[in-house]
Amino acid sequence: MLKALQLEPEKCTGCLQCEMACSYENEGVFNPSKSRIKVFTFHDEGRFAPYTCSQCSEAWCLHACPVEAIVVNEKTGSKDVIEDICVGCKVCTIACPFGTVNYNADSGKVIKCDLCGGEPACAEACPTDAITYVDADHTGLERMRAHAAQTVSKS
Amino acid sequence: MQHVVIGAGPAGVVAAETLRKTQPEAVVTLIGDEPEAPYSRMAIPYLLVKQIAEQGTYLRKNPEHFRDQKIAIVQGRVASIDCKARQIALDGGNAVAYDKLLVATGSRPVSPPIEGIDLPGVTSCWTLADARRIAATAKPGARVVLMGAGFIGCIILEALAKSGAELTVVEMEGRMVPRMMNDTAGNLIKDWCESRGVKVHTSTQVTSIEKNGAALRVNLNSGSAVEADMVVSATGVKPNIEVVEGSGIKCEHGILVDRMMRTSDENVFAAGDVAQGIDFSTGDNSVQAIQPTAVDHGQLAARNMAGSQGATHRGCVNMNVLDTLGLISSSFGLWMGADGGDSAELLNRERFRYINLQFQDDVLVGATSLGLTQHVGVLRGLIQSKTRLKVWKDRLLEDPTRIMEAYLASTQAVGFNARIIK
Repeated sequence: MLKALQLEPEKCTGCLQCEMACSYENEGVFNPSKSRIKVFTFHDEGRFAPYTCSQCSEAWCLHACPVEAIVVNEKTGSKDVIEDICVGCKVCTIACPFGTVNYNADSGKVIKCDLCGGEPACAEACPTDAITYVDADHTGLERMRAHAAQTVSKS
Repeated sequence: MQHVVIGAGPAGVVAAETLRKTQPEAVVTLIGDEPEAPYSRMAIPYLLVKQIAEQGTYLRKNPEHFRDQKIAIVQGRVASIDCKARQIALDGGNAVAYDKLLVATGSRPVSPPIEGIDLPGVTSCWTLADARRIAATAKPGARVVLMGAGFIGCIILEALAKSGAELTVVEMEGRMVPRMMNDTAGNLIKDWCESRGVKVHTSTQVTSIEKNGAALRVNLNSGSAVEADMVVSATGVKPNIEVVEGSGIKCEHGILVDRMMRTSDENVFAAGDVAQGIDFSTGDNSVQAIQPTAVDHGQLAARNMAGSQGATHRGCVNMNVLDTLGLISSSFGLWMGADGGDSAELLNRERFRYINLQFQDDVLVGATSLGLTQHVGVLRGLIQSKTRLKVWKDRLLEDPTRIMEAYLASTQAVGFNARIIK
């Protein structure tokens, strides 16, 4: 059974520990601007929303890549950027309709969530269970996927 | 079932793979006219700066990929298509029969009607062969004139400047990337390039190129001339539609296709740069000539060739992303605005940051950005999902950088809809 990140904005307090954990795990520094998961702030509603790649089955980023630098991780189902192959053309960053592939000017490559290979540091760091790593069927992922599918084809 | 795909670019390769996946028993043949393995023209700039080797441009990295997929690759040029007999003729006389045919022959650079355009030392930048020629000349100190500062011109611009060449850009229109950027953004890109040592002449035409000893002299309509060791021509591309000449298949600028990517002949489909497909924003047929559209076309055409479920689409969103010497720009959909629509704009000229959003009612229909690298794809998502922004439209009018918040608040269980979507 594949697992997925379950994001529950109503439980998020905006502490940003997920961003710190992600940045440290993947970039070796405590720098939220390098995090692959982002917490968005809604002052008017008094809410926070953590958001990152849903590893959608459409995989817009993967298909848009002209050099096969984004591949499916057979173990976790995540769509991973192979840094050595990525040329930094950024087409995936405009192709992903969720805005979850970002260009990193320091490395000249793109970065996105890869579920930390199956042990997502953000979920581990989240003190309020706003981010959990659970069976994919339970995450509302299907709803997001339906939304994704809707954006390109209509039967 | 015999599927034949003409063209080994992204549209053709993705189509061939999709056909293989959908119909494991079908015969899939991919015909390309260049000697190399299927490769991506988009990767050529990175080859020019030696960031990658030629293999790095290949669409599929595993050398056995097409054999493993049982996709037969044929090197050749298609001379004609006989829709009645359902067969194509290759140069040299061989015929290939098909049940369903995909034309994905791409596009090629146009050669402007200028005296001297055929001189040695004048080249386009389109194929791996072109790239090898350019890499051999674009050395530190070499004088290079780049004709055309459109999307492709600007992609090469970065590579040429990085190679250390002394670069002069000549663009006919009044701003850089005129078909992707408005005046504000196009001129900011020009300022950026000039501040980094690239000479840019906009509203200027090359009138002729002549030999000047071992070098070239590029004459401009301003009356001045630029000395050059090489001239790179990037004045636009046009679809390779000649392949369907005489077949009766309908063309305008490109090959006309319906929402299933079918041409006027029911057994022939077209995809990618050669196809004049439905534009999501206008509903009209237009040639987009961009990578994501090529891939979408290829997948959709293949599904319909395999007769799966009559897959149709609502059209492709035109979009582009460009890196001009480190200044990243992007544009989406109706970036120039919609009739009766309104817009939000934020500009920081000193920091080269710019965002422009175009709305129709409370739906985002187009966008332009400079210096935006985080969450930029959500602009596509908002446009293509036609998300009703409601209160968030007013918030975006106030602060157009809050695109991600607008998207999340409109589609996820946060804020005002937290209790609506379960």
